[in-house]
Amino acid sequence: MAKENPENPSYTSFLEDPHGIMGHRGGFWGWFGTFDHKRIGIMYLCGILASLMVGGLFALLVRLELFFPGETIIGPQAYNEFFTLHGAIMVFLVIVPGIPAALGNIALPMQLGAPDVAFPRLNLASFYLWCVGAVLLVGAMAMGFVTDQTGVDTGWTFYTPYSLKEHTAGDAILMSLVGVFLLGFSSIFTGLNFLTTIHKFRAKGMGWFQMPLNLWALYATGIMQVLATPVLGITVLLLSVERFLEIGIFDPVLGGDPILFQHFFWFYSHPAVYIMIIPAMGVISELITTFSHKHIFGYRFIAWSSLSLALLSFLVWGHHLFVSGQSRMAGMIFSALTFTVAIPSAIKVFNWTATLYKGVIRLQTPMLYALSFVLLFTIGGLTGLFLGVISIDVHLHDTYFVVAHFHYVMMGSTLVAFLGGLHYWFPKFTGKMYPEKLGQFISVMVFFGFNLTFLPQFVMGSRGMTRRYWDYDPEFTLMHQLSTIGAFVLGISLFIVVCYLFWAAYKGEKAPPNPWGASTLEWESPSPPPLYNFVEQPPLPELYEYDELVYDDEEGGYVRKLRDGGEVRSYRRYVRSKPSGGH
Amino acid sequence: MSEHAHGDQKGSRFIQHHYDDAQHQFDSGKLAIWLFLAQEVLFFSALFVAYIIFRTQHPEIFEYGSQYLDRTMGAVNTLVLIGSSFTAAYAVRCAQLRNQRTLVICLAITLACALGFLTIKYFEYSEKIHHGTLYGKKFVPHVDPDGATFPEDAVIKPCIHGSEGNLGADPSIPPPAEGEAAPCPDNTNMFFTLYFAMTGLHGLHVLFGVFVFIWLLVRAMKGHFTPDYYGPVDYAALYWHLVDLIWIFLFPLYYLI
Ligand code: HEM
Ligand SMILES: [Cu+2]
Repeated sequence: MAKENPENPSYTSFLEDPHGIMGHRGGFWGWFGTFDHKRIGIMYLCGILASLMVGGLFALLVRLELFFPGETIIGPQAYNEFFTLHGAIMVFLVIVPGIPAALGNIALPMQLGAPDVAFPRLNLASFYLWCVGAVLLVGAMAMGFVTDQTGVDTGWTFYTPYSLKEHTAGDAILMSLVGVFLLGFSSIFTGLNFLTTIHKFRAKGMGWFQMPLNLWALYATGIMQVLATPVLGITVLLLSVERFLEIGIFDPVLGGDPILFQHFFWFYSHPAVYIMIIPAMGVISELITTFSHKHIFGYRFIAWSSLSLALLSFLVWGHHLFVSGQSRMAGMIFSALTFTVAIPSAIKVFNWTATLYKGVIRLQTPMLYALSFVLLFTIGGLTGLFLGVISIDVHLHDTYFVVAHFHYVMMGSTLVAFLGGLHYWFPKFTGKMYPEKLGQFISVMVFFGFNLTFLPQFVMGSRGMTRRYWDYDPEFTLMHQLSTIGAFVLGISLFIVVCYLFWAAYKGEKAPPNPWGASTLEWESPSPPPLYNFVEQPPLPELYEYDELVYDDEEGGYVRKLRDGGEVRSYRRYVRSKPSGGH
Repeated sequence: MSEHAHGDQKGSRFIQHHYDDAQHQFDSGKLAIWLFLAQEVLFFSALFVAYIIFRTQHPEIFEYGSQYLDRTMGAVNTLVLIGSSFTAAYAVRCAQLRNQRTLVICLAITLACALGFLTIKYFEYSEKIHHGTLYGKKFVPHVDPDGATFPEDAVIKPCIHGSEGNLGADPSIPPPAEGEAAPCPDNTNMFFTLYFAMTGLHGLHVLFGVFVFIWLLVRAMKGHFTPDYYGPVDYAALYWHLVDLIWIFLFPLYYLI
C-alpha cells in the first residue's frame, strides 16, 4: 500500500479487498469463503435479520389469532406450533447470537486493535454451524405445515413429557433438537474464540481496565457461552436419544425423571438469558457515554458487574421450577439468590443514568434506542424480582405476566440494544449513513409499539390470563386487542428498519470514519475499514475521553487532533483508494 | 490465510498471518483448548449429576446392575487408556525436541490403544445386547448377574415401573414369590440407561480421538511438527488426557462400587 502522506494514508476497504478469502474469489465465495471477521459478522447480521422477520411474522399471526376470543384465524394445534416457532426462532436464532455473533464479531477485534479474531477459520465454522442449525430448526418446524406430521408444538422449552414420543410422534422434534444442538456449538465456539481473542489480542498498552466496556460484556458472555451452553448441548442430545432410542432418562413411563430435564434445561437457559442481556448492556455502555460526550460513570463497577452477573446467573435456575415439584428449601434458596442478581443489574442502570447527568446529550438514533433500553430494562428487571418471590410466583407462573417480563428483557432490552448497536456500527462496516430522521422516528415508534404490546400483558397476567392458551375469557378481550395493535406497530416498524438499512447499505450517504465522536479504537480506522482493520496501528486513544475529538465539517464527522508536543499539528484523515489488485 | 503465510518470516510455515509469532499462536491455541476442555467437563457434568441423583435415590439399582458389568474388561480398558495418555504426553516432548521417529511411534501407539479400547468396548456392548441388559424398554435380561440363564417364563416384567408405580419400589406390587427368578430391583433399566449414555458418549469421544490421532500421525510423518510448531500435538494430548480422566471416573462409578 502506497503511503503518499503519512497523515492521510490511503487504503483499500475490506469490502473491496479480495484477500483474506479462500482462493481469491468474488461473489458467493467472497462471502461464504471468507475468514474476515467483518464479513462473517455481516453474514450473521443478514441471517439474523431474516430470522427476525420470520419469527416476527409468526408473532403477528399469534397475536392476530388472539384478537378475538375463540378461533380467529387458526386452530389450537396450529396455534401451538406458531408460538413454538416464534419462540424458538427468536431465542436460538435471533437474540442469543444477535449481539455477540453479529455485532460482536464486527466490533470486538476492532475495539481490541486486533487484525482479526484469534481463530478466523473457527469463526467461519461457527457461522456454518449457525446456518445448518437454522435450516434444521426452521425446517423441522415448517414440517408441521407442509407434511401431515405434527410439527413442533412444545414451546421453545421442549419440556418433557410434551416432547417425548408418546406425546408427539414424528421426526420434527428430533430434527429441531439437532438444530438446537448445532446452534449451541456455534455459540460455544464463538465464545471460545472471543475469550481467546480478548486474552491474546489486546493492543499494546491496553490493560484489562483500558478495555471498552463492550469487551468486558463480551468477555463475561464468552464465559457463560463456554460453561453453560454445553449443558444445553447434552440436554438436547439426551432428549434426541430419548426420542430415537427410548432410553428412558426423562421418561416417567420408563422410570426416568422429567423434572431432571427442567433442571438441565434451565441450568443452561437461565445463564442464556444473561448471554442475551450482558452483551446488550455492553453495547448500551458504549452508546451512553458516546452520545453524552462524557466519560462513563463508574467504569470498574460496570466491568465487575458484568462478571458478577455471569457468575450469579449460574446459581438461580431454580426460580423457573418454583411450582415444578422442587423442594421448598431449594425454592427458598433459589429465591434468595435470584434477588442478588438485581444488584449488579441495578448498578449498571445507576451508572448509565449518572453518565447522562450533565452530559452533552445528542438524541441520534442509537442514543434513542439506548434510552429506551434503560427504561425497558428497568421495568423488565424489576418485574423479574416480583417473579423471584415464591409466593407471588405461584400466582404469576405461566401467566402473561411472565410473558411480559421476558419480553421486556429480551425484546425491550436485548433487541433494542441490538438495534441501537446496529445503527451505531452501521456506518463503520458499510461506510454508509442510514437516514437519520427516519431512524429517529422509527425508534420512537418501536418504543411506543413495544409498550403498547406488553404493558397490557402485565395487567392481563396479574389478573390470571394464562400463557400459551389459544382461547380466553371475554373479559380479557380489550387487553388482547391493545396488545395485538401494539404488535403490529412494532412489527411494521422493525420491517421498515430492515428495509432502510438494506437500502442505505447501497445508497446511503458516505460515512465519515467517526460520525459520532466515539473514543474507542474502531473509530480510529476509516469507514469501512481495511482488511486487517487498521491502515496502520493507531496509538491507543484515551478511553472515553472526548476532548481530543473535534467535529470537522469537511469530513462530516469527528477527527482526532494530532499533537506535536502540546501543539495541535493537524487532524487524522483517510483517503480511500481503488482496490490494488495484486499484493 | 494460507496465501499470506508464506510471505512472513515467522518460523514454521504453519504460523498464521494474524499472529505476532509462533509463541503467540501457540499460546492462543493453548488457551482455547483449555476452554474447550472446560466446555467438555460441563458437557459431561449433566450426566454425572444424573448419576448422582438416581444413585442417591435408588442405590439398590446400581448395586445390582453393576454386577452385570465385566470388571476385567473394564480394568484392562483403564490400563489401555492410561498407557495411551502416557504415550500422548511423550509425543509432545518428542515434538518439542524434534525427535521425529519417536514422535511417530508414540502417536501410533496412542492410536492403537484408542482402537484397542473401542474393540474391548465393542465386546462388552455386544454381550449386553446378547443378554438383553439394555436401556429402557429393551431391558429384558435373560441371565442373572452371575451369568445363569433365567427360566423362559421369568422375563423381568416387574423391573420397569412406570408412572403408575412411580420411581422406586411400589408396595402395591407383591415381591416375587419364593423360587421365582425375578429378584432385580425396580427400574434396574435406569442403571443401563445411564451406563450406555455415559460410556456411549465417552466412546464417541474416543472415536473422535481416533480421527484426531490419524490426522496427527499423517502430519507427523510429513514432518510438519517442529519445536516452534507442535501445538496440535499438545492440544490433542490434553484432549486425550481428559478423555482418559473421564474414564477414570466412569470405571469405579459403574464397575466397582
Ligand atoms: C433482573 C433480574 C431478573 C430476575 C430477578 C428474573 C426473574 C425471573 C423469574 C423468577 C422467572 C420465572 C417466572 C416463572 O416462570 O414463573 C423468569 C422468567 C424468565 N425470564 Fe427473567 N429475570 C431477570 C432478568 C431476565 C433477563 C435479563 C432475561 C432475558 C434477557 C430474562 C428472561 C426470562 C425468560 C425468557 C423467562 C421465562 C421463560 C419461560 O418460561 O418461557 N429474565 N425471570
Ligand atoms: Cu431465569
